[in-house]
Amino acid sequence: MNSTAKHTANDAHKRIKDGLIDIYLNNLDLIEEHSSPLQNHHRQEAIQHFRRQGIPDPQSEPYRYSRLAPIFDRSYEKYFAPKNTSLSANDIFRCSLPNLQSQLALTLNGFFHPTDGSKLLTLPNGIMLGSIAQAAATHPQLLEPHYNSLAPNTTDGLVALNTAMAQDGIFIYVPHGTTMEQPIQIINLLQASESQMVQLRNLIVIEDRSQAHILVCNHTLSPAPFLSNTVTEVVAGSNAHIELVNMQNEHNQSAHISHTHIAAQRGAQVSTNTLSLHGGFVRNNLHIALLGEGAHANAYGLLLADRQQHIDNSTLIEHAVPSCTSHELYKGVLDDEATGAFCGSIMVRPDAQRTEAYQSCNNLLLTSRATMNAKPQLEIYADDVRCSHGATVGQLNEEALFYLRSRGIGEHQAKLMLMFGFAHEVVQHIGIEPLRHRIDELVQLRLNGELAHCHSCPIQHAID
Amino acid sequence: MLSITDLHAKIGDNEILKGINLEIHPGEVHAIMGPNGSGKSTLAAVLAGRELYEVTHGRVTLNGKNLLDMPAEVRAREGLFLSFQYPVEIPGVSMVNFMKAAVNEHRKHRGLEPLSASDFLKLMRERKELVEIDAALTNRSVNEGFSGGEKKKNEIFQMAMLEPKLSILDETDSGLDIDALRIVANGVNRLKRPDNATVVITHYQRLLDYIVPDFVHILYKGRIVKSAGKELALELEEKGYDWIKEQTDQQ
Repeated sequence: MNSTAKHTANDAHKRIKDGLIDIYLNNLDLIEEHSSPLQNHHRQEAIQHFRRQGIPDPQSEPYRYSRLAPIFDRSYEKYFAPKNTSLSANDIFRCSLPNLQSQLALTLNGFFHPTDGSKLLTLPNGIMLGSIAQAAATHPQLLEPHYNSLAPNTTDGLVALNTAMAQDGIFIYVPHGTTMEQPIQIINLLQASESQMVQLRNLIVIEDRSQAHILVCNHTLSPAPFLSNTVTEVVAGSNAHIELVNMQNEHNQSAHISHTHIAAQRGAQVSTNTLSLHGGFVRNNLHIALLGEGAHANAYGLLLADRQQHIDNSTLIEHAVPSCTSHELYKGVLDDEATGAFCGSIMVRPDAQRTEAYQSCNNLLLTSRATMNAKPQLEIYADDVRCSHGATVGQLNEEALFYLRSRGIGEHQAKLMLMFGFAHEVVQHIGIEPLRHRIDELVQLRLNGELAHCHSCPIQHAID
Repeated sequence: MLSITDLHAKIGDNEILKGINLEIHPGEVHAIMGPNGSGKSTLAAVLAGRELYEVTHGRVTLNGKNLLDMPAEVRAREGLFLSFQYPVEIPGVSMVNFMKAAVNEHRKHRGLEPLSASDFLKLMRERKELVEIDAALTNRSVNEGFSGGEKKKNEIFQMAMLEPKLSILDETDSGLDIDALRIVANGVNRLKRPDNATVVITHYQRLLDYIVPDFVHILYKGRIVKSAGKELALELEEKGYDWIKEQTDQQ
């Protein structure tokens, strides 16, 4: 970049930062009114962190493959109170998961959207699910130890921006020794006639010896450009089991930035699956901190991108104590001029002996115009450690293609089968069986070029 | 059934097949033997439609149709089957989906409706028993983590599913212990019918104890240099390939 261009870029970043701070200051009363004291308590400090950092620029190493300025440098409408809407999810929303009885929670443009009049549901076994703002107001003692405890406000301006501006989101609480039998399904909907910037804030607390499967679906329901900047903090207590599946299926005008920060205590089993099936611009940050001995993390990811889509995953698996294990597998299929990135860091802290950490990232480029940047990064400060990493970027296996064709399967179908098989290696790790089958179907539709959104979702049909 | 006339093929600038002539009729079993590098596997690959090789001259017909004009998948649907020397592992693609797609493509080619899920599973079960393949193998991804023997059995299982008119078994015996060899050979023999034919490509005579050929051809330097009955295989076993090489090189 020459110096003039650099100045222009810096100017843009400063303009964006100042603009966002102005919005914050001008709307602070409204922001606070439609949130909770606990959240409001953190805003002042957070906006200072944002003022110091701004939005990350391409010179900042963690964001070198994703240019944020063009995403933020659009005019977005921001509103700071839940919109009055006729969306009656109970009646019309049946997100297509045959055979999956799930406990459903909805957000609309960053605010919890009650489907039965209640903003916070408490199940007989003590499990809570609902609006984070509501929960923070009525049960502050449950949130206070955890809210904003994992979010890196000091090192990522986007997280600080979220802490300063986010008003609502989802709170999930699974008390000690409780198993949530049904999967919890969170559906984040974006629907507006004008472009929107949405800051969503979630907190998931799974206490000791508890279990939960959580599916998060992100959808755009109207064609306006959206920018969502979501922070999710997940606390997994000792021997807790949590599976978090994050499915992104948004249109080409959408920008989706997610920050997921997970802390796993002794013996906890954490499994994440980040499925970027469709989206104009996607950036996922995932940080799993293994803080208690015997904790285990699985981090899986799949990206399917075509046209000019851009999907960037940045992960950090942190082995802070001895005897933890982690297994990470990210795969990408990129078509047309799509661009993708994967930066996978594994950090093994001093004393974290007997660590086992494995990472691989495999990518298929279907055209010569698609690009993928894969960057594994290992920092190991202990000596009794087994770590491996591998990254590949390549084309479909010609031998395998011929093998399928030699059995009578046409070239086009054979290619689809190979791509599907490639993706299935990620999908197969989803623990919720009906969901796994459904995702397989969605991947198939996507690879066939037939997926602009989840087909059998009536809400989306209603909007179409 | 299969008629090969003066077939020449090369890879890069290297001509490997230098004028193959071969006639195969329904009900026959042909063995093609020859020293390493003689072109046996190339012949199999060229017949199956591998684009890596360029056919520079000659003609091949399968039941009167010009084979060389067809892409690999159409050759398969027309009844040609290649059992690979090195079957490919395809992670993430299940045997069931693979075979379902293949069987239904064959049916479509013959103007038939796709098989129902239950009919398909019934067919799988029958054919698994026929070729003595472990039922669990078909629950896995194609060849993934299969042993050498399992891979070869899986080839014969696919052959049983697709019921080809002409099967080419490329070094099916390589890497097999005697038990696996017997199972594979039994499978091939059970699939034998008066209206189909088999070409067995092998380096050793051993397999031919189990799959008894009607004709044995010796391929050397890209040509068939000798053809005779099954006794030729025994002669080769006894004397090795050197006498053939000498004879041919002198000519």
